[in-house]
Amino acid sequence: MTDQIVIPDTSAPKTVPVDERGEQSRWLLFYRRNGRALNAFLTFMLVWAFFASNNPTLFLIPGYYNAFLFSVPATIIITTALVFVIVSGELDLAFPSVMGASGGMFMSLVLLDIPILPAAAITMAGGALIGLLIGAVVVYGKISSLVATLGLNFFIVGLVNLIAQGRNIESRESVGTLGYRFFTGRWALGDTGILIPNHFIIALIWVAFCYVLFTYHRFGRRVQLVGDNPDSARQMGINIDRIRVGVFVFSGLAAALCGVILVQTANMVWFPTSGKAYLLIALAAVFVGGTPTWGGVGTIFGAFFGALTITLIPSGAVGAGFAGFWTDFMFGMVIILTMIAHRFSGARVR
Amino acid sequence: MVAAGEPIVEMRNIVKRFGSVEALSGVSMKVRKGEVLGLLGDNGAGKSTLVKTLAGVHDPDEGEIFVKGQLVSPWTPLAARNAGIETVFQDRALAPQHSIVTNIFMGREITNTFGLIRVQRQVAEANRLMREIGFTSKVFNPDSTVGHLSGGERQGVAIARALYNNADVIVLDEPTTSLSLTETQKVFRFVEAVKESGRTVVFIGHNIYHVYDIADRFFVIDRGREAFEGPKAAFRGADHLIEMMHQLAETGSADVSHLQATT
Ligand SMILES: Nc1ncnc2c1ncn2[C@@H]1O[C@H](COP(=O)(O)OP(=O)(O)OP(=O)(O)O)[C@@H](O)[C@H]1O
Ligand SMILES: [Mg+2]
Repeated sequence: MTDQIVIPDTSAPKTVPVDERGEQSRWLLFYRRNGRALNAFLTFMLVWAFFASNNPTLFLIPGYYNAFLFSVPATIIITTALVFVIVSGELDLAFPSVMGASGGMFMSLVLLDIPILPAAAITMAGGALIGLLIGAVVVYGKISSLVATLGLNFFIVGLVNLIAQGRNIESRESVGTLGYRFFTGRWALGDTGILIPNHFIIALIWVAFCYVLFTYHRFGRRVQLVGDNPDSARQMGINIDRIRVGVFVFSGLAAALCGVILVQTANMVWFPTSGKAYLLIALAAVFVGGTPTWGGVGTIFGAFFGALTITLIPSGAVGAGFAGFWTDFMFGMVIILTMIAHRFSGARVR
Repeated sequence: MVAAGEPIVEMRNIVKRFGSVEALSGVSMKVRKGEVLGLLGDNGAGKSTLVKTLAGVHDPDEGEIFVKGQLVSPWTPLAARNAGIETVFQDRALAPQHSIVTNIFMGREITNTFGLIRVQRQVAEANRLMREIGFTSKVFNPDSTVGHLSGGERQGVAIARALYNNADVIVLDEPTTSLSLTETQKVFRFVEAVKESGRTVVFIGHNIYHVYDIADRFFVIDRGREAFEGPKAAFRGADHLIEMMHQLAETGSADVSHLQATT
């Protein structure tokens, strides 16, 4: 397969003049490749600096960030998974319903006396299965993913509500078990006062996994190629339907992990509305993170910083002394300004 | 193994419709091992449709495709590539936001057992390929974004990709449009090199003088049907072929009496 190709003995002169115009510097190349992730990082630092400068004493106390570290992991996990969906050229508006459904599934399993870790594993498989169904509807039903997942989100939320009859599911006695501590246990970071929750570490491992999958794995590479130009990808033998279904499976898997984490951070209580709040937050985080809307390219690390930024805004605004009603205004400001910043990393290449 | 001169690919009675348009109405074409087949026809005659069917991109409404005597089914782009048919499509089939390496290995990534891409290896291979093909400009390297390349350079990437796997059959759909004279010469030398190594080329072009020089046999289609075919020896020269195609375009048929004996 990799034999040398046979190249003709060209009768052209042996010393072909080399075109030396515009050899690119390494730095420029680095920025070209990572500019969007860097912008997302800078956005996060700027937002933090803005809040911190309004109330330096509070923002310099390490313990202040404990609540942040406790609430950010679910956003990180779903945001990084959504990068795959957006890059493939699709849109997933159904993930909040999968979060909710999987949370409910997880609690039902726990009530059946299944230990937390196996229950979590089964739930994630279930989330992937729901993702598979969503993907199949979108791809084989040939429906625009925007409309299909919008509809499916209502449908799944409705179905879950019918099954749960609008009631919460609780299992207070599971609080403190080994499996519970696996997800929500915290580690003191020296004597800084910072407590690192286990699910934050899980989120970091997840980000690393997503990065490798996106950048170095055949699946991630093909997701990018399909999003860039589906016709080309198909002509080159990539099964574009399978890749498209694959991104929904992946998003379903991530949503299920989030669902599991959400009920545990709520002390083993599941609400029928669980997950609902993440729809706009996670999508905003993907775009603030520098993944463009048009598909083909995206950044996992950018999405990570996007998730940090979006989670910091509401709590940070309060910490900085702004009244709660400033939050939406600041969301809007940050989203618009970062979109403008990302423009400098280049428009779409055609 | 297929002996030289025997059909390596055979398309039988291919019909392809797009809605009410019948782009191909029962075309049968044999590609013989070791030959350069010139596929000719007017704009819209159905050349690209035929080639895309051969590449597995279009699923024919009727007809069958045999490779090395075997019926291949289902016929998909992957099946075609696995059967040893590489195609340079008329639209080049590139991913403009991605690098030259990524494009060269599109659908054919070099991976380890976990499916992780062997980045260094791919870059090294792409570098070698580009050097051999004669990409000498320092303006771009394997990491350059394809969308920033000139039209001719993009074409070079598509041709490099088709040459990479040493495929048995290389199909070139108008590979020289928008190429300069020197680049065109280069493409012709590749075609000759592929032929010398005993492999097969299907070449589509609108410049009949060029195609005449390079091809061993011609297959002419007209409005979705085979008009005539014949080896080079059956024609008195490029002008004769052009004259026949003129006749075909104006009257709907050409004088093919001299071809009967030779095909
Ligand atoms: N995807 C498609 N949908 C509808 N019609 C199509 C499609 N592809 C091709 N056609 C039609 O089929 C006919 C043959 O097109 P094709 O591209 O094969 O021509 P061609 O011989 O390659 O022409 P050219 O020399 O201009 O490239 C044309 O009439 C074209 O309009
Ligand atoms: Mg064509």
